[in-house]
Formats: sequence, structure tokens, C-alpha cells
Amino acid sequence: MSLFNRQYSMLPGFGLAFGVSLFWLGLIVILPFAALIVSTAGMGFTAFAHTLADSRVLASIRLSFASSFYAALINAAFGLLVAWVLVRYPFPGRRLFDAMIDLPFALPTAVAGIALTSLYAPSGLIGQWLDPLGVKVAFAPLGIVVALTFIGLPFVVRTVEPVLQGLERELEEAASCLGASRWQIVFRVVLPALLPSLLTGVALAFARGAGEYGSVIFIAGNIPRVSEIAPLIIVAKLDQYDLHGATAVAVVMLGISFICLLLINGLQWRVARRQGAGR
Amino acid sequence: MSIEVRQLSKRFGDFVALDQVDLRVDDGELLALLGPSGCGKTTLLRMIAGLDRPDAGQILFAGQDATTRHVSERQVGFVFQHYALFRHMTVFDNVAFGLSVKPRATRPGKAEIRDRVMSLLKLVQLDWLAGAYPAQLSGGQRQRVALARSLAVEPKVLLLDEPFGALDAKVRKDLRRWLRDLHDQIHLTSVFVTHDQEEALEVSDRVVVMNHGRIEQVGAPDDIYENPASPFVTHFLGDVNLFHGRVEAGSLTIGPFAHAVHGLDDAERAVAYVRPHDLDITWVADGALAQGRVAHIHAVGPLVRLELQRDDGAAIEVALPKERYRELGITPGDVVYVKPRKLAVFPGGADYAI
Repeated sequence: MSLFNRQYSMLPGFGLAFGVSLFWLGLIVILPFAALIVSTAGMGFTAFAHTLADSRVLASIRLSFASSFYAALINAAFGLLVAWVLVRYPFPGRRLFDAMIDLPFALPTAVAGIALTSLYAPSGLIGQWLDPLGVKVAFAPLGIVVALTFIGLPFVVRTVEPVLQGLERELEEAASCLGASRWQIVFRVVLPALLPSLLTGVALAFARGAGEYGSVIFIAGNIPRVSEIAPLIIVAKLDQYDLHGATAVAVVMLGISFICLLLINGLQWRVARRQGAGR
Repeated sequence: MSIEVRQLSKRFGDFVALDQVDLRVDDGELLALLGPSGCGKTTLLRMIAGLDRPDAGQILFAGQDATTRHVSERQVGFVFQHYALFRHMTVFDNVAFGLSVKPRATRPGKAEIRDRVMSLLKLVQLDWLAGAYPAQLSGGQRQRVALARSLAVEPKVLLLDEPFGALDAKVRKDLRRWLRDLHDQIHLTSVFVTHDQEEALEVSDRVVVMNHGRIEQVGAPDDIYENPASPFVTHFLGDVNLFHGRVEAGSLTIGPFAHAVHGLDDAERAVAYVRPHDLDITWVADGALAQGRVAHIHAVGPLVRLELQRDDGAAIEVALPKERYRELGITPGDVVYVKPRKLAVFPGGADYAI
């Protein structure tokens, strides 16, 4: 009886490879988290609760997750559109367009933060038009959403793109022959097929957004209880040598992120299981 | 519903996919479009469906111009080579799709959809798999689901693009026989594309042989096989031996050999096409086309296949009935003569390469 239901393979070495992977995962991912939790456990429950009861901390955590949620939603819609255009329409400069998608990946996040701030500040290129309308982007929560949208775009585009490439046009043609309208083709044939990859991309963008620091702190203005994100609180606490306070906030963020990812993964698993079973 | 194609042309860049094609598909007929890849057969099918637009020409459905009609309004069922099933839907939902996307006014009720889908699944013998997802089916089953799906909207025409192309040989044979039976049951005007001459000849009422965007020949399967109209058709329908010579005073002369042919004008250059099973082997040169040395003998099965080598190195393939082979007593290395029982002579010297 084998625990892993191994099959004969041209490339043996499952035991070694599995062992190394497990060790690596432990060293790189699990150990730091464990250290975090151990460190937090050292502070005692009262101190932990006291740190979290601070309305400034709570507001920052709420802001971090809410803004990355909205940013992920925006990216779901527009990332999908960008991926669609990239895959489906040949146009001059497509390669350049394609390369630019990765800029948010490659750019130091501080650069992005400064660039966005100068654009959206009340005196900036876009900000000067929004300011008279009463729309405040820079130094407000809206600015955080803008920064996180920028950061998260490639995650959605790059996960949806390959799936879209593999989606046969014949599916659309088949639907059309069966009398489906364009909307019916999009909503009943194309979107359901893309849903698992779209969910993955959104989950990645969301997770990345919740932890984003560099680009946000410039545009957010960091007004306590208004536009102060949780990662900034952690850094601030560390600056004051409040290691326990910092880890307490970190553990809560870790917990929430983990639950969110589990939920999305579960959803995605359900969708994928129906479509891909045995493929 | 009959289909008529008039002077249909299509180019993709410099490539001429269809060159002024005229074709008529009669009501209730099962027609095969046969040809090598790139001959335009799939393009023609897709244009009948409305999936591609012609550059010039007309398509008529039951005498009415349908050239600019949108796919979704043509009432055609289309079956794709790679099934194109919706992976996120069950077999049932796939088949029900065409009914469920109808506008509310004409959409049948839930119970009616259910009955229609289940009876279609029974027709393709897959009612027991209604709840399965396409990923759980075999290739043959998927194609039958695709067929049921296309029939669900009660199309006036059924179009199949290499429907069995992706299946293995055994399943393919079963399915094409099954398609023929199905057609005999429902008598839906059907056009199917294939590059497999056996498939075309076995299944269809009429075969259209295409090459380079043009129709080479249209006819009943046996007619096409027995009386190919061009060297290309001869070549495409099966193995064939070529003999180059000239036609002179009622006989085909090939080097020292002469074979009587009737009703042919004299020609400086001519090519005779003879199928392996239309060649006989003799020990005498009289009436023969060529001589050759027996290189290989494959004696498995009811036909004995012999490979002869001519002096110039070219090979001749002969398929003899077993009794005839025994009677002749040939052994490898013998020098023998080949005599045609039936041959097709086309004037002109060009070899027809496929």
C-alpha cells in the first residue's frame, strides 16, 4: 500500500524530490510564519488583544483588505479585457503593449508610488481635473485603490491570457450556430471557461494588494484611521521598537489573508473540478 | 432543404482557397466533400454555415439567398472535428444549450427541453451519460454528444467538418456506419468534409472531389471510383500505378510494349493509371504494359500484394487473388509482365503529384 499512489516514471526520485520540496517549503514559507506566531504568542493574550483593540489598527486592517478587494475587482474586469484584446486582436505594437503589462511586476514599487502620486495629486496631470469635481484621489483611500489596481493588473492578465489562448474559437462558433447571441456567447460560454483562471488571478492580485507597501505609502497620505494601511502600522510599530505589537498585527493579516486565499481556492477548485475532471 | 453554391470565391492573402465553385446539394442528400488538406473543402463548408464570408459568389438555401445571413439565423447544425463541447456544462446542458438560448417567446418549457434532450441522447445512444461532463467521455462519445447538440435546434442542414478525423480507426469505422444509419432515419440534408477517401466513398450519396479550390469531380461513389475524371481524382481515390507512353493508332505504346485502347486520339504523351488490383501478371509480353522483376511478395490476406521493380528502378504494385497467384507460381526474382484488366489513360505527360 502506498500513501502517494505512485506510478512508474521515466524520471525516478520521487522520495528525494518530495523531501527536498517539503524541506524547502518549510524553510522558506512555514518557518518564518511559525517564528511570527511564536513571537506573538510570547506577548500574552491581553497585550495581543490590547494591540488589536486600537481603533487605528483596526481601521488600517479594514482599509488594507477593503482597498485590495476593490482593486482586485477592478482588475478582474479590466485585466480580463486587456487579456482578451491581447489574445484575440492582432494590432501593430501588440508586443510592446504586451511587454508593458509586466511593468508593475518589474518596477520598484516606490517608483510606481511616486509616479502615481505626482499624477493624482491636486496639482498633478489628472488630479487637477478631478480636484475641482471634489474627487480626491491622492492622499485618500481612493488613491490606495488606484495604486493597488496598478500593482495587481499583471496578475490577472498573465493568468487569464494562457487560458484564453487555449480557448478554441470553435466554442464560440458552435454556440453561434446553435443560435446564441453575442452576449449569450460571452456569458454562457466564454466567461465560465475562463472563470477558474480569472479567480486565480484575482486571488493573486488581492493577496498582493493586501501586503503592498511601497507604492501605497506615497499616494495614501497615511492619515491615521483614514488612509493608513496595515503594513504601515507594522513598520511604524517596528520603528518604535514595539516588536510584539508589529507581529500581532502581522499575525492577524496573515490569518485573514490565509482564510481569503483558502476560500478563493475552494471556489476555484469547485469550478475546475467540474470542467477539468480527468483531463 | 437544398443548398446551392454559385461562383463562390475566397482568398486568404495570396492563397486561393475557393475559386468560383458551383455546387448543388439536394434536399435530404448526404454529400461528402473530399480532398487533400488545403483544397478548400473546409472553407466551403464554413461558408455554407456562415462562419466565414465569401469574397464573391452566392449561397442559396432552398432557393433563397442566404449569403449575408448571420450564422445564428441560418439554422445549420455544425459538427467540429474537435467536438467543441462546452467543458463546463454536462452532456445534458450541452445538448440543451441551443434550446435554452432561444428568446423567451420561442423557448420551449423546461419539461419539453428535458424530453427533447433525452430523446436526442437516446438517438445517439448516450442517454445514460446525461449527467457526465465532456472531460469524462471518450472521443467517439464526445462527437456523438456534439451531433446531438447540433440536432437539438432542429437545423435544416447538418454540416460536419472532418467529424471522425480525431478518432482512432476502429471507432471511426463504427461511427461512420452509424452516421449513415442516422441519416437514413432522419433524412436531413447533410454535408461532411473528409480527407479519407474510404470514408467518403462508404458513407455518402454523392462525393465532391476538390483540389486547389476547385471541384474536380462530382458523382456517386462507385461512379467516381470506377470512372475518375482526372489524374488527380484517380490518384486521390487510392493506390495507382503510372505508365508513361504515347497513344498511336488505337494502342498505348510504352517502350517495346503495346496495349490496345479504344476510342482515344493519338497523343505524343499519355499516362495510363492502373490500380494494383486491376493488374494481372503474365509470363508473355503480349498486350502487357511493362515488365518487372518481382522484388517482394506479401501473401497475407485474400489478396497477394507483389512489388515489381522495373528496369529504371520504378516500382509497380500488383494485387492478385490468391488462386491466381498460386496458379502462376511466382517467386521473388522472376521477371514477369503486367497486363491491365482496366486502365484510365489521360493524355499529357504531367505526373500528378499530391
